Amino acid sequence: MEKDCEVEVVMMYDKFEKNVEGVFFLKGKDFTNAGTASSELKTILGEIGINQSIIRRAAIAAFEAEMNVIIYTPAGMMHYSVTPEILKVVVEDMGPGIEDIELAMTEGYSTAPDYIREMGFGSGMGLPNIKKNTDEMKITSSPGEGTTLEFVINLKKE
Amino acid sequence: MKLQKIIEGLALEVKTKTHDLTKEVTGGYASDLLSDVIANTKEGNVWVTIQTHINIVAVAALKELSGIILANGKVPDEDTLKKADDEGMPIMITTLPAFEVVGRLYTLGLRC
Ligand SMILES: Nc1ncnc2c1ncn2[C@@H]1O[C@H](COP(=O)(O)OP(=O)(O)OP(=O)(O)O)[C@@H](O)[C@H]1O
Ligand SMILES: [Mg+2]
Repeated sequence: MEKDCEVEVVMMYDKFEKNVEGVFFLKGKDFTNAGTASSELKTILGEIGINQSIIRRAAIAAFEAEMNVIIYTPAGMMHYSVTPEILKVVVEDMGPGIEDIELAMTEGYSTAPDYIREMGFGSGMGLPNIKKNTDEMKITSSPGEGTTLEFVINLKKE
Repeated sequence: MKLQKIIEGLALEVKTKTHDLTKEVTGGYASDLLSDVIANTKEGNVWVTIQTHINIVAVAALKELSGIILANGKVPDEDTLKKADDEGMPIMITTLPAFEVVGRLYTLGLRC
């Protein structure tokens, strides 16, 4: 087991000596390009050589965070950074903020309007999906100003 | 099972032009809630839905699904088709309701 871990870390350093980071800009209501940031992040993680099951979890979490910015806010950005230890994604938006974060995290809770529900969103599963697929998740929000959602996925085997 | 076999078996109409119908279908999933599909599909699954909006392509591409079957006579929006062609994501349509589509997929031998 220990040997496995060592091999994996060495391989990762082989692929990149320094940390990789970048940012995507997200535009509210731009459904045509919705999902592009998550899809590009997925490609980048693949190029770095991150393990497939981790990429799958990261893609789910990133997509849900991206869609929330597109559906509920005028604009935002998704910043990612990858070190040999962790993938960290920070998604910041320009409002309207989340009044009750605990309530928003409840499975099934959604304020999505009808036209958004008709597109298949609004099951209130997005934030719970992020929680399930990440090792750490934190939301901070000032109503009227904006929301910052941060998640971390550990890249080293425990 | 190849997608082509499913298309023939269910007499689906293929709406996209740029795609790979020799893709291996690993199973199927039926749902109209995008977060449910994002959470529960596996790579190579074929997705049965009545959603026609452009977001279905983003979801299917992100999860590397093998194709989307629109049930109950639904037709894809124009921009949905365009994006599906760009992404190489097959979209098929049928007048059969979703229940019937899934039943026939199962009879063909497809499991989840
Ligand atoms: N970035 C955000 N800004 C403002 N409100 C948000 C934001 N993200 C989530 N919310 C609020 O939290 C609720 C729950 O979000 P969640 O992603 O879990 O479900 P949903 O988006 O309603 O449905 P689903 O994600 O299943 O399509 C949303 O309905 C919305 O009220
Ligand atoms: Mg959501």
